[in-house]
Amino acid sequence: MSERLGIERTRWKDNVREFGILIAFVAIVAVLMIISPDAFAQPKNLIGIVKQASINGILACGMMFVILSDGIDLSVGSTVALAGVMAAHFAHPDTYPVLIPILIGILVGLGVGLLNGIGVAFGGIPPFIITLATMTAVRGVALIASGGSPVYDLSDTFNGIASGFIPGTIIPILAVYFLIIILVSGFILTKTVFGRRIYTIGGNEVAAKVSGINVKRMRLSVYAISGVLAGFAGVLLASRTISGSPTAGQGYELDAIAAVIIGGVSMSGGAGKWYGTLIGALLLAVLANGLDILNVSSNYQMVIKGAIIAIAVLVDIRGKSRNE
Amino acid sequence: MEYILEMNDICKSFSGVKVLDNVSLRIKAGEVHALMGENGAGKSTLMKILMGIYKADSGSISINGEPVTVSGPKDAIAKGISMIHQELNPVLDMEVSENIFIGRELKTSGPIKLVDRASMRKEAEALFQSMDIGINPRTITRYLSVAEMQLVEIVKAISLNSRIVIMDEPTSAITEKEVQVLFQQIKKLKEQGVAIIYISHKMDEIFKISDSITVLRDGTLAGTGRSTDLDPDKLITMMVGREIKEVYPKEETVIKDVVLEVKNLNSGKRVRDVSFRLRSGEVLGIAGLVGSGRSELAETIFGIRPSTSGSILIHGKEVSIRHPKEAIARKMAMITEDRKQTGLNLKTTVEQNISLVSLGKLSKKGIIDKKKEAEAAENYMKSLKIKTFSRKTPVVSLSGGNQQKVVLAKWLLSEPEIIIFDEPTRGIDVGAKRDIYLLIGELAKQGKAVIVISSEMPEVMGISDRILVMCEGSVAGELKREAFTQEAIMNYASARGGKRA
Repeated sequence: MSERLGIERTRWKDNVREFGILIAFVAIVAVLMIISPDAFAQPKNLIGIVKQASINGILACGMMFVILSDGIDLSVGSTVALAGVMAAHFAHPDTYPVLIPILIGILVGLGVGLLNGIGVAFGGIPPFIITLATMTAVRGVALIASGGSPVYDLSDTFNGIASGFIPGTIIPILAVYFLIIILVSGFILTKTVFGRRIYTIGGNEVAAKVSGINVKRMRLSVYAISGVLAGFAGVLLASRTISGSPTAGQGYELDAIAAVIIGGVSMSGGAGKWYGTLIGALLLAVLANGLDILNVSSNYQMVIKGAIIAIAVLVDIRGKSRNE
Repeated sequence: MEYILEMNDICKSFSGVKVLDNVSLRIKAGEVHALMGENGAGKSTLMKILMGIYKADSGSISINGEPVTVSGPKDAIAKGISMIHQELNPVLDMEVSENIFIGRELKTSGPIKLVDRASMRKEAEALFQSMDIGINPRTITRYLSVAEMQLVEIVKAISLNSRIVIMDEPTSAITEKEVQVLFQQIKKLKEQGVAIIYISHKMDEIFKISDSITVLRDGTLAGTGRSTDLDPDKLITMMVGREIKEVYPKEETVIKDVVLEVKNLNSGKRVRDVSFRLRSGEVLGIAGLVGSGRSELAETIFGIRPSTSGSILIHGKEVSIRHPKEAIARKMAMITEDRKQTGLNLKTTVEQNISLVSLGKLSKKGIIDKKKEAEAAENYMKSLKIKTFSRKTPVVSLSGGNQQKVVLAKWLLSEPEIIIFDEPTRGIDVGAKRDIYLLIGELAKQGKAVIVISSEMPEVMGISDRILVMCEGSVAGELKREAFTQEAIMNYASARGGKRA
């Protein structure tokens, strides 16, 4: 009987842990709504937040796959830049149809992702090291490919990719991309064999192999996914900023990691829910927006953001040590 | 004579299961006291309590008649107790002297305290010399043999001024000759008045080296006495406490066609030229000492480790198995030795562990059929009597025996024809063991071909139809059920069978 109670209590605690971030998110939003009904609570502002969260959110989706597999991808910020630059080269007015620069950007991301994946899966290079290497090198390639300055003069259709709205509404198209990507990610992670295997290799790589999972191919896949999403995010950022800048996306990898970790994904892989990443990305955007509205200087904002990451991980560690 | 160590009426439970029940252990200075018992009898729990790793629920510990509480390994060392673990864990890339002084490095004098390597080497050298051990303290630990590492651990224990040294199966991975060196060192320690708690399963050793013996069985004290008053038969009766036939139910099965044939299989130096056949309905035991290549053989057959030459035939057809997934496709299953490291994903639920190998069967176009998955998990939880709150319970919260059953369920769900069990009952309680023996018998009866690797002699003898004994990577001998004796197996296992040079 006592054993049963013990388990039930664990589950209740797990729920608090699982919904803790959601509760925190709702609380922060509620407080901001009350403090700032005229600015924060306006529909336009709220939608702006979602838009703000989108590019980081898309990167965080890819990062979530990688972290769940017990990896890390530091190269996504640089990939955003290179994909943006390369897409921009093919996006000048009256050159190629708009699909071409989009595809170019995605292929650039895929290329970087495969490079990371091959290094990790077949070269046995620790993920931190190989993606640190590609982060540095890809940034260099972006600077070379752009001659060091942003690529301007992009077609209106290209610039429209990220800046439009769903016709007849105030919902930004950028937010739609993010929502589709996070929902598809969630579907893959919870419903498919492929997703289950990502959790398994992150949970216990050796057991996964013994159970017949091709761990190397799985690793290659998660880095490819992260790369593709970073490539797409690069296209969106170039479109939004109407230029392909080689210095774009600096530090984006850290924001993506922060969103995933705040969302409760275990840094050592194998555990975490997709919607945590959604909330993590939104929380970061709400926080930035809310603190801006409250006139908190960006210096203090960084301190607050750092504290939130540390607290989220602390909760994660607490949760784990209880299970052991 | 005064006891240097007394552990009185120690009780310990883990999540409601009593693993030690009023166990007492009394040891005199200068004696070798053997601690025996089957796996799971409570020896290691008792030693962990002595080392302060676990806290006893009740009972007391006295050193030299003074009651003490040991708060942790560091405290144990300060009180003169040290333990040489079965699995040695030195830092392999440090030199020997650094490992001896790890955590208490000698420092230079002066305002800035630096690690004083020269003094450490000198002291280590002196220690080795005092014990006539020919190891250079500057050697990088990685390049020592297992036996040498053990000697280093002993030297470390001495350098800590330990009065009580626990040795956990110190001879399990070393050669006969190295055993002699170890025994000489033990005698020297005795002369210095050090008490040694010697954990071993090996009868001949126990009677050669020990002065007294304490036997544990199922967490209780089964008996204790002077070695000269005891003999192997008495010990076995104490350890097992019942007829071996009862513990190892053996079903009569019909042994049919050859299912698996292994021909001249090699894998580096660990598996050498192994050939054997396995028939449907047969339970083939593989015995041998730790490090004799049993697990490596199984891993090679299952595609976990690459084979360097040789062939594997299933139903008479040669197959290539380079990855476990190819073995699984050939209807093979392998219950690996270490369920936590290689069997389970501890970060997920009972259900998701059970379904892992069979996701293909439980899904359509890559999408998992959650209803089917739940049904499969529930079925096996019932048929294998897995004690868990629900299928969604994290597998990490289950007891060892139930975790092992989850691993079994995972493989049974894949409907294998050939099943390899590597130490299937390691670290699980007697009740769960019996369930697993019954299951192995049942599987053979259903016509599966079963391989059981086991270090527990009574176990492998109790459940096998035939035993292969391995030694240094190759098959040293084969025994039919009528010819099973511990002596015959040991002879082959220690290369005394004469088959190998």
